[in-house]
Amino acid sequence: MTPEGVLFWICAVLAVAGALGLIISRKAVHSALWMALTMINLAIMYVANSAPFLGMVQVVVYTGAVMMLFLFVLMVVGVDSSDSLIETIRGQRWTGIVLAIALVALLIAGISAALAVAPDAGLATANELDGGNVPGLARLIFTSYLVPFEVTSALLITAAIGAMVLAHRERWTARLSQRDLSRRRFRSAGHPGNRPNPGVYARHNAVDTPALLPDGTPTLASIPAPVQARGDIRPVDHADMTDIDQVAITSEERS
Amino acid sequence: MNPSNYVILATILFSLGALGVLVRRNAIIVFMCIELMLNAANLAFVAFARMNGNLDGQVVAFFVMVVAAAEVVVGLAIIVTIFRTRRSASIDEPSLLKF
Repeated sequence: MTPEGVLFWICAVLAVAGALGLIISRKAVHSALWMALTMINLAIMYVANSAPFLGMVQVVVYTGAVMMLFLFVLMVVGVDSSDSLIETIRGQRWTGIVLAIALVALLIAGISAALAVAPDAGLATANELDGGNVPGLARLIFTSYLVPFEVTSALLITAAIGAMVLAHRERWTARLSQRDLSRRRFRSAGHPGNRPNPGVYARHNAVDTPALLPDGTPTLASIPAPVQARGDIRPVDHADMTDIDQVAITSEERS
Repeated sequence: MNPSNYVILATILFSLGALGVLVRRNAIIVFMCIELMLNAANLAFVAFARMNGNLDGQVVAFFVMVVAAAEVVVGLAIIVTIFRTRRSASIDEPSLLKF
């Protein structure tokens, strides 16, 4: 087996495994990571097919930009939005698998005759013509493919504007000013000012340490609600309090 | 090595992408499967360029990448908009256009 054959079989197995993982994993984030694996393996295969520029673009644009955009939107939409496994159409999964196998069989049967006699001209001469892969692509893009290339710019601008229009949200009410917020805070029956900070005594200043009121009782208003919900509230250690009193007394005696 | 192996791999990846579109119902995963199909087509184009010994296939693959990037931007914006109004990214939910 040639070195390229070894590379092909490793990358092909990994790419198909990534595609299967994309379909099978229940969580969307796992799917995205499997997809990134497939794309990196495709990039390696592009380089092996003497397309180094496309390999780099694949890594930068697909694995770098597109997949990260997918992950970003997953974070917006909700990471734990996994699929329900209940089929809405009965037998959809098996029908889909059968159809996919049929599609592979159809495509390979359709092109196998042509593939059997396919030439392998290689890109060595085509790449040498302009002194490299990138200059060769550049000559083609800016000569014979100039019009499609210019149309592409219009497409990209349209896509950017479309995304802005779709993601834009109209504000129906005026933005609340600081004055409004302050007024609302004082109207509500709650606590108008700042709440006490957690840990207002000397031994600990972690967020789970309640602040002490002037009479020495802890106040729960100083603990953030999530910490309270977890039940992580450090009990007041009265030995610490006596220590603090001792320190205060000794420092008074010194002075 | 015979470059037709790459074309066969491309057909397998394309069919896996189509299978994902058929069986998954999370809109983002369906979208990723469409990307997988585009990538498979790109692999076939690169293999064809190598078979024929000219760079046109690679240029076409490059244009496919540009179009795919534009498509991702608009598609994800649509998904986010649907999620905002329907609180769901399932493709079974948006049946408002049905009747």
